[in-house]
Amino acid sequence: MDSVPNKQGRFGAYGGRYVPETLMPALLELEQEYARAKKDRRFQSELAYYLKHYVGRPTSLYFAERLTKRLGGAKIYLKREDLCHTGAHKINNAIGQGLLARRMKKPRIIAETGAGQHGVATATVAALFGLQSEIYMGTEDMQRQALNVFRMRLLGSTVTGVDAGSRTLKDAISEAMRDWTTNIRTTHYILGSVLGAHPYPMMIRDFQSIIGREARRQILAAEGRLPDCLIACVGGGSNAMGLFHAFIRDKKVKMVGVEAGGLGVASGKHAARFAGGKPGVLQGTMTYLLQGDDGQVNLTHSVSAGLDYAAVGPEHSYLRDQGRAEYTSVTDDEAMAAFDLLSREEGIMPALESAHAIAHTVKVAPTMKKNQLLVVNLSGRGDKDVQHIAKIRGITL
Amino acid sequence: MTSKIDRTFARLRQGGEKALIAYVMAGDPSLDMTEQLVVELEQAGADIIELGVPFSDPIADGPVIQQAAERALRSGTSLRTILSMITRLRTRTQIPLVLMAYYNNIHAFGHDRFCHEAAQAGVDGLIIPDMPPDEASSLKGPAAAAGLQLIFLLAPTSTAERRTFVARQSQGFVYYVSLTGITGAKLRNLADVGKNVEKIRKVTHVPVAVGFGVATPEDAANVAAIADGVIVGSAIVKQIAAHQQKPEMVKRVAEFVRSLKTAMRAAQSKSR
Repeated sequence: MDSVPNKQGRFGAYGGRYVPETLMPALLELEQEYARAKKDRRFQSELAYYLKHYVGRPTSLYFAERLTKRLGGAKIYLKREDLCHTGAHKINNAIGQGLLARRMKKPRIIAETGAGQHGVATATVAALFGLQSEIYMGTEDMQRQALNVFRMRLLGSTVTGVDAGSRTLKDAISEAMRDWTTNIRTTHYILGSVLGAHPYPMMIRDFQSIIGREARRQILAAEGRLPDCLIACVGGGSNAMGLFHAFIRDKKVKMVGVEAGGLGVASGKHAARFAGGKPGVLQGTMTYLLQGDDGQVNLTHSVSAGLDYAAVGPEHSYLRDQGRAEYTSVTDDEAMAAFDLLSREEGIMPALESAHAIAHTVKVAPTMKKNQLLVVNLSGRGDKDVQHIAKIRGITL
Repeated sequence: MTSKIDRTFARLRQGGEKALIAYVMAGDPSLDMTEQLVVELEQAGADIIELGVPFSDPIADGPVIQQAAERALRSGTSLRTILSMITRLRTRTQIPLVLMAYYNNIHAFGHDRFCHEAAQAGVDGLIIPDMPPDEASSLKGPAAAAGLQLIFLLAPTSTAERRTFVARQSQGFVYYVSLTGITGAKLRNLADVGKNVEKIRKVTHVPVAVGFGVATPEDAANVAAIADGVIVGSAIVKQIAAHQQKPEMVKRVAEFVRSLKTAMRAAQSKSR
C-alpha cells in the first residue's frame, strides 16, 4: 500500500480540504509548519520529553490474564492508554498540537469535545503552555459528562455549550470551526480526532501513532512475534489509527475497528457509519457518513459521547475500501456489559468508548486459538463515565 | 454565449449601477413563500437572487442563517423540491438565480444529475462555501456541460497566490467575503475591503461582489462604492424571520430590499 495521504490530503477517494476559503490559508500554513516541525529535531525532542515526563509514556502493554482465562481463547493484551496523564490517549495529540500552536505563536487555542477527554487534554495543555483556551461542547454531552466540564473549568479553560442540532460532538466541531474562521489570526484549532480537513487526519494520526509503535515493540518483547489481531473503538478513530498505523505493512496482523451500534443498527439509533452510511462530506473531509438520501446528516446515538458522531476519519474509509481493516459494531448494552466485565475481572474501569473494543473482544477471543494474540487499545479510563452509568441504572449518588 | 449573470453585470455597468444580490433561504418559511419573495424582491430592485439550500451542518453560517436552514428543513425542503420551485418560478421571472449549497447536498444528488437538473430548472450559477476550487475539479466538467457558472469565494485571509488562483477560476463574479468570520457578523474596516477588491480586480476581469456583514442601506451604499455587487443575506433573512407569521411578510422584506437598492443608487449618482 502506498503511503497516504497524497499532497492534496487524499486517502484514495477520501479526505481532502472541503472548507471555506477563509480557512484555506490557515490549513496550508499548518501543513507547512507541521512538515517543518516533523523534520525539526528540537521539536521532536521536545515532544518526546513531554510524552515521557508529563504524559507518562510509554504506557504499558498489559497481559489481561484473568480476562483471557474467562474468555478461554486468544491471549489478550491491553494497551493501557488509560494510564496516560488526563486518562486517555487524547493527550498525545493535544501535546503535539499545543507545541505546534506555540511554534506558530498563536496565543489562543480552541477545541471541540464529545466525551470531554479531548477537552480535558486541551485544557491541560493550555495550562501547561500558558495558552488561552476555549472548549466547545454540545449541551447534551455537557450533561452526560458534567464531571469533565468541571475539570476543564478547573484547569482554567472556558467551556462553551453548543445548543444546535443534536447538541453533541458534530455540533461542537461546527461551532469550533466557526470560531476558528472568525479568530484565525490568533487562534489554533486543536481538533481531537483524525477528522476534518487536511492536514488534520494525517497530523493527528502521526501524533497518535506512538501507541502502535510502542505496542509493536512491547508485544515483540513479550511474545517474540506480532499479534494476530488489533482491536480498537472508532468514533472519529484517532486511538484506532494510532494503534493501527505502525502495523499497516504487517499484512498478517488483522485490524478491527469497533463502531457504536447504539440501540442496534436496525433501530437507526446508532453511530455505525460503515453499516449505515455512505461517502459524503462533513466538516471538511470526504468520508463515510450517516446521511439521508438528500445529503442531510443524520442524528446519531451512542451511550458513549466520544463515539457519537456521524462521520468517521477518512483514513478508516480508505483502509476499509482497501480491505486492510475491518469494521464492526457493538451495541450500548454490549458495551455496558463489557464495562462491568473488565472492571470485575481485571480491576480496570474502561471508558465507555474503550468498552466497545472490549465488547468486541468478548465476542472474538473465544473463537481464536489459545496461542493467538490479541492487542486491544484501552484508549481511556472510565472514571468520567461513573456518574453517567449510575444515572442509566437509576442510582442516585 | 454569455450567461444571464454576465449580462446583468454588463447592463448595470452601462447604467452606472451596481448589482444588488439578495439572499433568501429556500423553504424559509416555505417554498411557496420563497417563490413569492423572489418575484417581489426583483420588483423591489434585486438584480440577482441567491437561494440558500438548507443543510444540517452549515459551517460557514452564523446563527441567523443556521436557524433559517432549520426552519426550511422543518418545512420539508430538499434540493429536489427547490429545483421544482425554480421550474415554476421560471414562468414568472428571468432574474439570474444562484444556488448557495453546501457540497454534501450536491454530492448526494450526484454531480451530473444535479448540474443537468439544476440548469434545466433555470439555475444560473453555484456558490459552494465548503468547496474551494482546490476540490472542484470533479464538478467543473458537469457544471460547464450544463452551462452552470461556478462562483468561488475569496477572503481577507487569502494570500496573493490564492487570490490569483481562486479569482481566475471564478465565473460570473468573485464573491469577496468582507470579513474574517461567518455570515451575519459585523462589517468593519471598509477601507481594507476596498483595497482587497482592487487587488482582485488586478487579476481577473469578472465582477467582484462583496458579502458577509452588509446589513443596512448605509452598508450597501458604502460597499456599492467599492465593488461591482453587494450581497445581502443575514439582514434579509432576519426580516423574513421577524415577519414570518404575518400576512405582510413579503411586502416588508421587499420594502427592506428597496431601501437597500435606493441607497445604492443614491450613492452611485452622487459619485458620478
